[in-house]
Amino acid sequence: MSAVDQAPPAPKRPAPGQPIAGDTVWAERVAWIDRIPRWLGMSFVFALFIGVWWGLTATGLVSPIILPSPLETLEDLIFVTQNLATGGYMGPALWTTLKTIFYGYLLAILIGFSLGVLVGETAFGERAVMPYLVGLDAMPKVAFAPLFVAWLGFDIHSKVALATFIATFPIVVGTAAGLHAADENARMLFKTMGASRWQTLWKMKLPTGLPQIFTGLKIGAAGVMAGAITGEFLGGGRGFGELIRLAATQLNTPRVFSLIIYLSVIGILLYTFVTWLQARIVFWRKEQVLGGG
Amino acid sequence: MDATAAVAAVTPSEAETVYELTGVSKTYERNAVVALQDVSVTLRSGSFSSVIGASGCGKSTLLKIMAGLIPPSRGRVVLQGKPVLGPRRDIGMMFQQATLFPWRTTIENIVLPIEIRDGRRAAQEAKARGRELLDLVGLSGFADAYPSQLSGGMAQRAAICRMLITEPAVLLLDEPFSAVDELTRDFMNMELQRICLARQATAFLVTHSIPEAVILSDTVYIMAPRPGRVAEVVPIDLPRPRTLDMITTPYFSDIVRHIRARLDEGAGS
Repeated sequence: MSAVDQAPPAPKRPAPGQPIAGDTVWAERVAWIDRIPRWLGMSFVFALFIGVWWGLTATGLVSPIILPSPLETLEDLIFVTQNLATGGYMGPALWTTLKTIFYGYLLAILIGFSLGVLVGETAFGERAVMPYLVGLDAMPKVAFAPLFVAWLGFDIHSKVALATFIATFPIVVGTAAGLHAADENARMLFKTMGASRWQTLWKMKLPTGLPQIFTGLKIGAAGVMAGAITGEFLGGGRGFGELIRLAATQLNTPRVFSLIIYLSVIGILLYTFVTWLQARIVFWRKEQVLGGG
Repeated sequence: MDATAAVAAVTPSEAETVYELTGVSKTYERNAVVALQDVSVTLRSGSFSSVIGASGCGKSTLLKIMAGLIPPSRGRVVLQGKPVLGPRRDIGMMFQQATLFPWRTTIENIVLPIEIRDGRRAAQEAKARGRELLDLVGLSGFADAYPSQLSGGMAQRAAICRMLITEPAVLLLDEPFSAVDELTRDFMNMELQRICLARQATAFLVTHSIPEAVILSDTVYIMAPRPGRVAEVVPIDLPRPRTLDMITTPYFSDIVRHIRARLDEGAGS
């Protein structure tokens, strides 16, 4: 005790972080490329992309029929936006495609989740159902498009079917994998607590598997976009895919580009929404997807 | 009741039997391996027993049978006078990993066994008791923290609370602190002793550490492999509460040396 009392007062030091004479303070090296702030880096890559694009078209290296200039594309993008905003003919087309994506995704989630639980939770599903799902998944699913048109007609149904068909598998796999993610200790703990199969599923396996389930949902989101547009290319109808096909046959490449940009925005919005939902629901696990901090 | 009678009542050797295993054997059908052969274990009320042995000596099989997770092939398993025919709420269990669920707060994790057995409302009502347990293990103020905010040692304390919430008659501890660092481990073992003494709990510990088994236990079961059996039952005659200083006494070193010799015999055979 007395030793503490007699200890000399600690020397006065400046605020932490400010070295004093005699400190061996040295700077860690960080390469310049890693110090570029994110916004500047992204702007640079965007500018580079536009520059190369502009260079290719302005020098006549690539024919404007094949690749429109950035300016032409921007003009057409403005035209499409005006058309949509003023209730032109593109509005219903966009609405049709959005409906296809919505129903396709909804169905894929319902079917994919149910099959995923069947495969992931029961021995029957894993042994008797999964081999067929793997076989189906290995098939070129786009090839089913004409079949869906024959079965369901040229209307939205055949496109929804293709979109669902493509988006379901990743959700099945994600759900099944998620249900297997719980470790042995957690399973044993639930057994010792006398939990029923249902309780184990809802209170432990599903929450544990949510990250994998969301991975499936995100891959499914990309699949549903691809399925909807492919369905519209191959099966006609009144969606954005049909508009793209028409513009392409008319060699109206600026239109093709601006429609693709619109579809990309829809795809990014859908993906961002699912990512946002994941961050809200799976709050205990921070994931760095689509450039998190 | 006079003072001597009160003391006698809590002396483990004279206390009533809580858990009794008689001639328990386990043969796994699929590979015909004899995991346990004729194992008998008696846990008296308020006593602390440990089982120690090399890998493959049947420790975990024994623990699973005691937890009601798997049935024995032969023998009797009787807890509080009733045969164990499956998981029971008067059995509390703790694992090497805390196994707290990250989407639940600490208190929600602690009342999970109540929620599973009696539903959400009962779990809600059990939260008050859960908070008392948190006080007991020195985690007051962490009830609403998520497991990610707890250190390894704190998470194991929360796991202790979850084990105690159903007021089990016996605590089965499967290497509970082997995943935390050595310093925390010594401290947690003393904490475990304090908690067990405070609640007069009957505990059964599976461990790989001889000093840990000796410092905590009234009885150490030494197990030998192939087939898994009890090689020797060693009574530990050290006063309670035990302190870490006892590790340096000659009596302690003698017992540790003796147990190590018996384990080496088993490994050689």
